[in-house]
Amino acid sequence: MAKVKHESSWYPLEPGESVLDALLRQCVSIPNACRAGACQSCLMRAVSGTLPEAAQVGLKDTLRAQGYFLACACRPPEGTALEVTGAEALRVPARISALTPLSDSVLSVRLRTDIPLAYHAGQYISLVRADGLTRSYSLASLPREDTLELHVRLQPGGAMSGWLAREARPGDRLQVQGPAGTCFYVPGRPEQPLLLAGTGTGLAPLYGIVRDALEAGHSGPIWLFHGARTPSGLYLTQALRALAERHPSLHYRPCVLEGGSRDVAEGALDVLIRSECPKPVGWRAWLCGDGPLVLSLRKKLFLAGLSLKELHVDAFLPSVAPVQRVTTDAGAR
Amino acid sequence: MSVAEEKSVYEQLGGAPAMAAAVEVFYRKVLADERISHFFEDVDMERQSAKQKAFLTLVTGGPVHYSGRDMRAGHAPLVRRGLNDTHFDAVAGHLKETLEELGVPAPLVAKVLAIAESTRADVLNR
Repeated sequence: MAKVKHESSWYPLEPGESVLDALLRQCVSIPNACRAGACQSCLMRAVSGTLPEAAQVGLKDTLRAQGYFLACACRPPEGTALEVTGAEALRVPARISALTPLSDSVLSVRLRTDIPLAYHAGQYISLVRADGLTRSYSLASLPREDTLELHVRLQPGGAMSGWLAREARPGDRLQVQGPAGTCFYVPGRPEQPLLLAGTGTGLAPLYGIVRDALEAGHSGPIWLFHGARTPSGLYLTQALRALAERHPSLHYRPCVLEGGSRDVAEGALDVLIRSECPKPVGWRAWLCGDGPLVLSLRKKLFLAGLSLKELHVDAFLPSVAPVQRVTTDAGAR
Repeated sequence: MSVAEEKSVYEQLGGAPAMAAAVEVFYRKVLADERISHFFEDVDMERQSAKQKAFLTLVTGGPVHYSGRDMRAGHAPLVRRGLNDTHFDAVAGHLKETLEELGVPAPLVAKVLAIAESTRADVLNR
């Protein structure tokens, strides 16, 4: 049997069980959201004991060296005794500075952290409410701005999104953990064509990345595709059209599955991308949003000639409820 | 025997950077081939690409720590899903085409395919 020590108590693990599942099962509250090793909400630190390699996959070297690991991906072998603590040391206090609807279903949440957060536009953070409720959101803001901006999709029955939409007020205090993720613009090769595509609030990281690239002086063509089921799922359309008018290299293409118009293409996102960008060989791309769609798009673009190392993907995963494992905040980001 | 002939195909092709270029071409071919693509579908394309790079490095005589036993264990789940000789032949065909597209001379291609052939029993768990 493996066991894990948290706040002076030992908890047994069932064979193959993750540290996160074992602690939640035994009523220890641990922040978590995707439970798939991606969002990093369940970050913890090992004080003693040996971590399985898989528990630290995707973490920055500086975090690994300090013993940080993902509780959802940590399945210690039989006989392991692991002493763990939360990642509170990595959290930054913040307060809500503005709550602004961007559409019927998307809320812009602006946060001011007590100390500046170093991040790249397009990365994501975990938002931790005072009671420990945690959700992962992409950053839509630029590091030079004085607040962090998140685009929060209002989920029916969503715990965090419902609270932000109905109860939260400017001034309310929260904590921010992160940033994480590798979906961002790295300056260099300014003439290289860029392809950005996302669905729903997958626009958030892309909105940061596209402005970051333009401000860095990227001169090559930039294609930004935003897909939604219906026109009501699109947002920031005016801001993006204005941005494209100021920057002739930027091509903004909103698209919907139904209800298209003169300004909004109708059809599947991948079909539109293929017709506008038929041969993306040598391009750089960022794909963000709905998990299965983004993964299928990555495969199609790879087959169309984009190199894997030029393909940056942020596939949003649904948040999982602690015990029942039913989806409550699907595609929270 | 001259020094050039003693070099592995891996070295003659240009080592690790050449493998990185070859794996993209090869991976695209197997993923686009409906007969075998389901064996190569992986949510983690980086991981899948790394596996194929290890395979290409192995069959070109490059430095890999990959034994026949690893090859057996790694493919056992695929064999249970129906992996057979026709799939092996399809992959070998894509390997041949990849090397030819990259301009590898015919005698070296033959050498690589012979090494690939030698893994057949392990890959198919026979």
